[in-house]
Amino acid sequence: MGRKTIVQRRKKGNKWTKSDSQLTILILPTTVWYILFCFLPMFGLIIAFKDYKVTGGKSFIYNVFNSDWIGFKNFEFLIKSNDLFVILRNTIVYNLIFIVAGTILAVGLAIMINLLYSKRKSRVFQTLMFFPYFMSWVVAAYFVDAFLNVDKGLINNILRDTGQTPVQWYMNVAVWPFILVFMYLWKSTGYNMVIYLSSITSIDQTLYEAAVIDGANKKQQTRYITLPCLKNVIIMMFILNVGKIFYSDFGLFYQLSQDAKGSIFNSVATIDTYVFNALKSSTPIGMTSAVTFFQSVACCITILIANAIVRKIDADSAII
Amino acid sequence: MTKASKLNRVSPKTNTIFSVIFIIFALVCIIPVVFIFIISISSEASIKMNGYQFWPEDFSLDAYRFLMGEGKTILQSLGITILVTVVGTILGVLLTSTMGYALSRKDFKLNGFFTMIVFIPMIFNGGMISSYVVNTQFLPLKDTIWALILPLCVSSFNVVICKTFFKTNIPDSVVESAQIDGAGHFTIFGQIALPLAKPMIATIALFLTFGYWNDWFQSSLYITNTDLFSLQALLDHIQRNIEMMTKNPALGVTLQQYINSMPKEGARMAMAIIIIIPIACTYPFFQKYFITGLTVGAVKG
Repeated sequence: MGRKTIVQRRKKGNKWTKSDSQLTILILPTTVWYILFCFLPMFGLIIAFKDYKVTGGKSFIYNVFNSDWIGFKNFEFLIKSNDLFVILRNTIVYNLIFIVAGTILAVGLAIMINLLYSKRKSRVFQTLMFFPYFMSWVVAAYFVDAFLNVDKGLINNILRDTGQTPVQWYMNVAVWPFILVFMYLWKSTGYNMVIYLSSITSIDQTLYEAAVIDGANKKQQTRYITLPCLKNVIIMMFILNVGKIFYSDFGLFYQLSQDAKGSIFNSVATIDTYVFNALKSSTPIGMTSAVTFFQSVACCITILIANAIVRKIDADSAII
Repeated sequence: MTKASKLNRVSPKTNTIFSVIFIIFALVCIIPVVFIFIISISSEASIKMNGYQFWPEDFSLDAYRFLMGEGKTILQSLGITILVTVVGTILGVLLTSTMGYALSRKDFKLNGFFTMIVFIPMIFNGGMISSYVVNTQFLPLKDTIWALILPLCVSSFNVVICKTFFKTNIPDSVVESAQIDGAGHFTIFGQIALPLAKPMIATIALFLTFGYWNDWFQSSLYITNTDLFSLQALLDHIQRNIEMMTKNPALGVTLQQYINSMPKEGARMAMAIIIIIPIACTYPFFQKYFITGLTVGAVKG
């Protein structure tokens, strides 16, 4: 009997059934969305190798096929321009700083907030620190402006009142790395802290009880129980973030600096702000598409490598 | 609190130090909003005199009065924002959950193929330029409200959350017995799967809602028609140019006089406050869904 059902199932398994048709209909609208908004742009990446021209009244696909192949010319342009080095350096270095500083701060605070006596206070702190996560960068740009505005900003007011000369913050190359790192931490720390906190609270409490019996104090418990239990989560988050290292948080760099142009270009321009500004100006689309092509490919490679490493450490956490 | 756990905690001194540290962090997170609010209720004259101050010389509600006078612009943007948020969230939830449900059924023949469709965009994407070219030249999205809605409504991350949820919470046996009773997948999805998935749907809906409410990037790429500006796009623009708010000069005043008389600084900050308030009032209640969403997402699909 049992064997028969298995055989029947297998037979059923090869044939297209009504159930399959129904599921296909259910899945179809989303698939159309994926084709239009994910796969067509992937196909569109080939304009990086074309002298892309728009013919009036013709469709996008016609334009792509009828533009001339120019090989790597767009890339040559890009490599010859000085901007490439700056935007690559900024994107990667900022991301590395964000990852390291963000992880240390968030893990540290998560451990600390878990040690507070009052759970009610801890919840209030969490809620308040979660708040910036829900602000858009446009709003955050107003916050920054309120403090750094050249004529009316609070910091320059204080400088003037104490007899010092006010600073042109929005033209000062040297301070922007600090402002950007500070604002990144401001926006993301509460959120990351809560993630780590949720894995701290899921640690088996009997481990701590056993440690108390063995005479371990809180410091030792943190060092030998909490941190080792967090190790996997930390490594995972770290590697997943490294996988996205060629993408920058566009709003952070674009909104806060109020355009990423002019004298502070060297310290605030990233790949994404560069592409956006090129798109808004009259730069030929081919050259900028070479940047995005590079970005997409580099990012794909870093994600695959990161994922392979995650798989080594903890197979269940790998995304592939 | 038991005696053991009372013994096993940091010293009162450390507790106090930690509390102080957290008070400082919490203040850093909140003070900018308070500051913006104070500027929005400072009088224009005192801002001109002393710049932005935590304690201005005199307060005034001119900025809010001015925004009320220009209510049409703001109401229109608010309308756009609400429309985009509501339509986008509903559409997003529908598209995400149908795909998640279909992918969660193991006996679906095309499962492998559609899984790849969801999976590939997670590691490779077309980037800003070719998305822009496709959306403006292939799809007629430029300067339409759909440019604000469609590109954001599905994400592979959400689809995977959905799939994992259905897989673990609706076992094959339930589906099979429903099928024996004559139910098709549409019925099962609508009457069994969706009602069971309320907490997960709520999480995804929240992610989408806050995402749409806070979005300004799509507007800055695709929208040039000021009638289609969302609140965030409007805020983004008046950062550079507050004059665009002035469409309604009062009777007997020239446009220039009107521009000169408007509380420029206060009005900008008041706009920011108008955007923040709905979020500030609601997020504490939804916070826990964000956290569950994150932990659910961490489970591999």
